Amino acid sequence: MENSFLIKTKDLVKTYPVGHTTLFALNRVSLGFKPGEFAGLVGPSGSGKTTFLNIIGSLDSPTEGSAVVMGKNVEDLSHKQAAELRNRSIGFIFQTFNLLPVYTVYENVEFPLLLLNLPPKERKEKVMKALEWVRLADRAKSKPAQLSGGESQRVAVARAIVKKPSIILADEPTANLDAENSFNILDTMEELNHELNTTFIFATHDEKVIKYLRRKITLVDGKVTKDEVYEQKNSKGDI
Amino acid sequence: MIIPKLALRNLLGAGLRTWLNVVVLSLSFVLIIWLQGLYIGMGDQIKEAQIDVDYGGGQYWHESYDPYDPLTLEDAHGAVPDPIQNKIDKGEATPILIAQATIYPEGRLQVILLKGIDPAQTVVNFPSQFLVQENGEIPALIGTRMAKSAGLKIGDKVIVRWRDAQGTFDARDVYIAQIMKTIVPAVDQSQIWIPLETMRELMGMQNEASLVVMAKDIEELPVVSGWNFKSLKFLLADVEYLIKTKKTGGSIIYMFLLLLAMLAIFNTQVLSIFRRKKEMGSMMAMGFTRGKIIQLFTLEGAFHSVLAGIVAAIYGIPFLVWFAKKGWAMPEGYDDFGIALGEKLFPIYTAGLVFGTVMLILIVTTIVSFLPTRKIAKLKPTDALRGRLS
Ligand SMILES: Nc1ncnc2c1ncn2[C@@H]1O[C@H](COP(=O)(O)OP(=O)(O)O)[C@@H](O)[C@H]1O
Ligand SMILES: [Mg+2]
Repeated sequence: MENSFLIKTKDLVKTYPVGHTTLFALNRVSLGFKPGEFAGLVGPSGSGKTTFLNIIGSLDSPTEGSAVVMGKNVEDLSHKQAAELRNRSIGFIFQTFNLLPVYTVYENVEFPLLLLNLPPKERKEKVMKALEWVRLADRAKSKPAQLSGGESQRVAVARAIVKKPSIILADEPTANLDAENSFNILDTMEELNHELNTTFIFATHDEKVIKYLRRKITLVDGKVTKDEVYEQKNSKGDI
Repeated sequence: MIIPKLALRNLLGAGLRTWLNVVVLSLSFVLIIWLQGLYIGMGDQIKEAQIDVDYGGGQYWHESYDPYDPLTLEDAHGAVPDPIQNKIDKGEATPILIAQATIYPEGRLQVILLKGIDPAQTVVNFPSQFLVQENGEIPALIGTRMAKSAGLKIGDKVIVRWRDAQGTFDARDVYIAQIMKTIVPAVDQSQIWIPLETMRELMGMQNEASLVVMAKDIEELPVVSGWNFKSLKFLLADVEYLIKTKKTGGSIIYMFLLLLAMLAIFNTQVLSIFRRKKEMGSMMAMGFTRGKIIQLFTLEGAFHSVLAGIVAAIYGIPFLVWFAKKGWAMPEGYDDFGIALGEKLFPIYTAGLVFGTVMLILIVTTIVSFLPTRKIAKLKPTDALRGRLS
């Protein structure tokens, strides 16, 4: 059933030279993700979560092993092909929001669509729809500097979702948000996951996020130590 | 198509810094066009004046005549050949005889050129009509520069000494009949004009001339042995060269300003690429290739020149138009510069000048904007996202 995986890694290794020794940021990580998963890599800082997301997001390449994303081996992709894969199929959400400061909320959300050569009308519909999902349609003309952290991250979610990618990779999306905004964002993402069957993969050590995950993969020093699947959401009521 | 739009948004989004660069660059625009226009205007004015007063439609020179070698002047004269004499008789040409001479104003010795011209000629716009002979004395016409250097006034008498055709020295008094103010120094500095026939007589050079000025609209040019036709192109070559030299000299002023603008833009680019690593990382995450990002940043810089062109047009066009109407009043001392300059200089702005300036600034700005972006070519997406320089 290899083919049912959207993302599949095999013995993924990423090393960095540190002084005279070698640091294993990822140490033989073999994981598969199916469409519609709401999964998270959990572990302390420095355990390799970001490195893993970067490789399956085709932003980075492995030292050893393979990562096949949407049928393509990340290592075999040229710079241009990798960009194309990200453009069409992967949305990123970052801890620091990474909105483009000179553009309005609307333009930030529109940005990923610019490379897709869509007719302006279709583009506008998609942007407005994405802004409605995150309940920010009324802030379309604002600049990022005028937004709160929660609003900024919602714009980032809209930007990631606007092209309806198969995969959304969210690296510590709640690290700069208060509890209320964190739940807000997580609710939105969960909704999108249900409605669009978008695969979400988180990197986090935030308990609030962990409560939402339906699959929790624990990383320690670049190694997968646990891979737990829950039938239901991990009940946020516990908190 | 999307990248130019983004570039413009980014550039305008950068605010004050952009406008500072744009203003400096726009000054370069206006200064280049203004100065070059002034030189083009100067060149045209000089050429027109030289043609009008001195060169006519070209000149026949006696084969020994060489204006740059006064020592040869002694032999640089000969009988005017018939085909040319025909033109002279029809009023389509006028002969000029030139000899070296010395004058002794206030007891000083001054070497000059003695030039004979027909007082009745109408071939060139030269005030030879003042050389009508009265009461047996020899009338002389000089320019203001000559009057100043020799301390001569209208009515003054001065001894002129020369060698005649046989090589013997002779001397005669001439009186200053008129002092002319001309913008062409070539017919003024260190020279005295007297009636042609008088000069031929004194020199024993009947029917001879050193050169013959042809009328401006002359069409038929006879070929005669011993005389060479010098076209306007040849005669004006010196002026052209002079203008070119002046243009080059003048360009130092705006090259400096342009350099300043380029340094500012270069600096802005370097800073912007350094500071916006994270932005580049986000763009890569959204599917932009490095090539597209390089394009974007290069265009951002290059668009400074487009904005500068617009700003320059806003204040530059009214200024340049006003200036072209008003002209540039030449300072006093310019009279002695050795080139024909009127009291006022009118700049000429040609389409070629404007187009050339726009292209120059556009190309230079693009190159300067592109150079710092080469760093991006090696930027890894992960490093960019961390906001780090690779
Ligand atoms: N470019 C790099 N150069 C050297 N070491 C790196 C680099 N990127 C990550 N690392 C190291 O790899 C390990 C895993 O990092 P990371 O994937 O960012 O962990 P996490 O996201 O779980 O905090 C860390 O020890 C980190 O210091
Ligand atoms: Mg991390």
